[in-house]
Amino acid sequence: MTGNGRESLEIRVSNLARVEGEGGVYLKVSGGRVEYVEVHIHEAPRFFEAILKGRHYLEVPDITARICGICPLAYVMSSSRAMEKILGIKPHEEVFKLRRIAYLGEWIESHVLHIALLHAPDFLGYDSALQMVEEHGDFIRDSLKLKAWGNRVLEVVGGRPVHPVVFRVGGTYRIIRRDELLPLLKRVEEMKRRARRVLEFVANLPMPEFRQDITYVSLRNDVRYPILEGDVVTSDGERFKEEDFEKRIEVEQAKYSNSLRYRLSGGRPYCVGPLARFNLNHDLLAPEVKDKLAELGIKAPLKNAFQSIIARAAEVYHAVVELDELITSYREPPQPYVEGEVREGEAAAITEAPRGMLYHRYRIDSEGFVRYANIVAPTCQNYVAMEEDIRRLAPNLLAMPREKAQWVVEQAIRNYDPCISCSVHFIRLHIINN
Amino acid sequence: MMRRKLKVAVFKFASCSGCQLQILNMEDELLTLTDAVEFTYFLEASRATAPGPYDVTFIEGSISTPEQEELVRRVREESRILVAMGACATAGGIQALRNWLRLDDVKRAVYPNPEWVKALEHSKPVAEVVKVDYELRGCPVSKERLLSFIKQVLVGRKPYLRREALCMDCRRKGNVCVMVAKGIPCLGPVVQEGCGAICPTFGRGCYGCFGPSIDARPEALASRLREIGMKDRDVARLFKGFTGWSEKFRKVIDELEGGAR
Repeated sequence: MTGNGRESLEIRVSNLARVEGEGGVYLKVSGGRVEYVEVHIHEAPRFFEAILKGRHYLEVPDITARICGICPLAYVMSSSRAMEKILGIKPHEEVFKLRRIAYLGEWIESHVLHIALLHAPDFLGYDSALQMVEEHGDFIRDSLKLKAWGNRVLEVVGGRPVHPVVFRVGGTYRIIRRDELLPLLKRVEEMKRRARRVLEFVANLPMPEFRQDITYVSLRNDVRYPILEGDVVTSDGERFKEEDFEKRIEVEQAKYSNSLRYRLSGGRPYCVGPLARFNLNHDLLAPEVKDKLAELGIKAPLKNAFQSIIARAAEVYHAVVELDELITSYREPPQPYVEGEVREGEAAAITEAPRGMLYHRYRIDSEGFVRYANIVAPTCQNYVAMEEDIRRLAPNLLAMPREKAQWVVEQAIRNYDPCISCSVHFIRLHIINN
Repeated sequence: MMRRKLKVAVFKFASCSGCQLQILNMEDELLTLTDAVEFTYFLEASRATAPGPYDVTFIEGSISTPEQEELVRRVREESRILVAMGACATAGGIQALRNWLRLDDVKRAVYPNPEWVKALEHSKPVAEVVKVDYELRGCPVSKERLLSFIKQVLVGRKPYLRREALCMDCRRKGNVCVMVAKGIPCLGPVVQEGCGAICPTFGRGCYGCFGPSIDARPEALASRLREIGMKDRDVARLFKGFTGWSEKFRKVIDELEGGAR
C-alpha cells in the first residue's frame, strides 16, 4: 500500500489513558489490509435501567446524573425535559435561561478538561498535561482558570460542579437570585481573553492530515447554538423530531464491547459532539467567535477529526460570551418550579451534552413511578465512527514507526473525548471465548 | 532537604469518574501539588504509568465484577495507605441498589444475552473485599477534604477526618431547618457532613451522598418521618439512594420494606 512503509501492523492498547473510564483499542493490518479495528470497552456494568424501575420521577434526574461525573448536568437536563413532556409542563423562561447558564458552565468545565489535560498533550508528544507546564505554561494556566470559572458557574447555579443539586423536574428547588449570579461577571472579560488565547493555541497545533467520511449529527433550532432544544439534523440533509430518534438509528452489539453501539439508518457511521454541532450550527456562534475563527483561517465544516479540539475551543469561547449575555439579562422567575399533574405517559428528550446528543426516554405510571427507561449516551453513538476513523488512517499508520502509530491510534480515539463511564450505563456483554 | 515525592495512585472501579475528576478540579492547587506529589498511576491524567508500591492509593468505584475483586486485592498489596474515595467505594454506590434484586432478574431486565454478563452478586464497597485504611465519603468526594487529606499525609500526621452529622454544619451555616420549617424530608440528622450542607441551603432535603454519620440512628429518623406522614415505602426509598447499601441504612431499609410486605 505505502511505498516505504510496512505491510503489517498490530496495535494492542488494553488500557487507554486520558479518557473517562476504561477501554482499549485493537488494530490489525496485514498485507496492507485492515483485518480488524476494535474499540474495546471493559468498564464494569452498573445496570441503571434496572435501578431506575420503580423510582419516583422526581428522583430520576439525580440518579441518572450518577451515570457521569463529568457531565452530570446533561443527564439532569435530558431526564427533566422528558419528564416535563410527560407531565405536560413548561418551565418559566428564566428557568430555561438558568438551565442554559449551568449547561454552558458544564460545557466549559468538560471541554477545557479535555482540551488541556487530556487532548493537547497528544499533539505535542507529552504523556500528560502536567509535563507541559514548563514549555506551555500560559496555555495550561489559561485553561485551568477557565475550567475553574466553568466550575464556579455550576457551583453558583447548581450548588456544586460534580452532581449539582439545584435543578429538578419543572425548575429549581429554590429561586436563584440575580445577586448570586452577578459576581460571576466580574471576571467575564478576563475569561473571554483566556478563551481567545486557548482557541489561538489549539488552532496552531500541528494537525495530523486526515479527512473523515462520516455523517455529522446534532440538534438544531435555528435560533440559538443548540443545547437544550431543537430538531435532530444530519449532514446528509435529514431533519426530524427528537421523539423519532429511535426510529432513525440502528443499535448493534459488538462481542468485544460492554457498550451498545449505534448507526444511522442504512448502517451509516455517525459522529455527535462538538465537531458535529460546529459543522451544523456554526452560523449560530457569537459574532466575536466567528470573527476570531475567520482571523485564524478556520472554516466550517471541519472534516478532520483531530480538529475537534478546535471546535471544542470555539464552543468554550462561545459559552463565555453567551454566559455574559444570559447572566446580564437574567431576572428572577416568580416561582422556582412548576408542578404538573402526575399521569401515566411516555416521552423522549434530547439535549446536547458536552460530548454530543444525550437521549432519554421514560414511561411512568399513574403514581409517577418509572416503568421503563432508555438512555442513549453520546459516546455510544461515536464508537463506530472511532473505528471508521482508525480504518481510514491505516495507510498513514503503516508509514509511521510503530510507537508513533500506536500514539496516533490512541489520539484518534481521544478526538471524541470518549466518556466510557457514560457509555456502559446499561450494557455489558462479556464473551468468555474470543 | 528535598523530600522524596509522595507516590500517589488512583484506580477506578465501577463508578462515574466524578471523584477522580475532583482531583483535576483542584485547578488552583494542581500545579503546586505536583511539586510534592507524583501521580505514578492515574490513567485519566497520564499515559505514563509506573508499577507500585504506592504511598497512597485512592480507590474510586465499587467492586462489582470478579476481575475487579482480583485487581483490588493486587492493588492493596501494592499500597501503603489505601483510601476508599466516594460513595461507590465506601458504600457500593447507586449501582448497589441492584443488591436488593436477584442478579439474574437484573441481568435479564437489561441485557439481551444475560448469560454473557459477568458480575458479582453484589456491588460491594471496597472494605468488603480488602482492608481500607481511610474512607473519604461523598457523591462526589469533597475536593477540600481530599486536599486536606493529602496535605496531612505530606506533613506526616495521621489524617483526621470529621464524621459528625450534616445538621451541625447546616446550623453553623445559619440555615433554617427545611424539615422543621417546611416539612421537607431530610436525611441531615443521620448523614455525615462534608458537602457544605448544600441541599438544605438550596431549599431541598439532604439525600444522603456522604452516608451515615458516626452516631447516626436512622431508625429514629425513620419514625420521625412516619410521624410527618410519610409511608414506609417512601421512607425506605429516601434511605435507598447513593449510600443505601451502607450497613446502617441497609438495616433500616430492610425493616421498612419488610414491614410493608
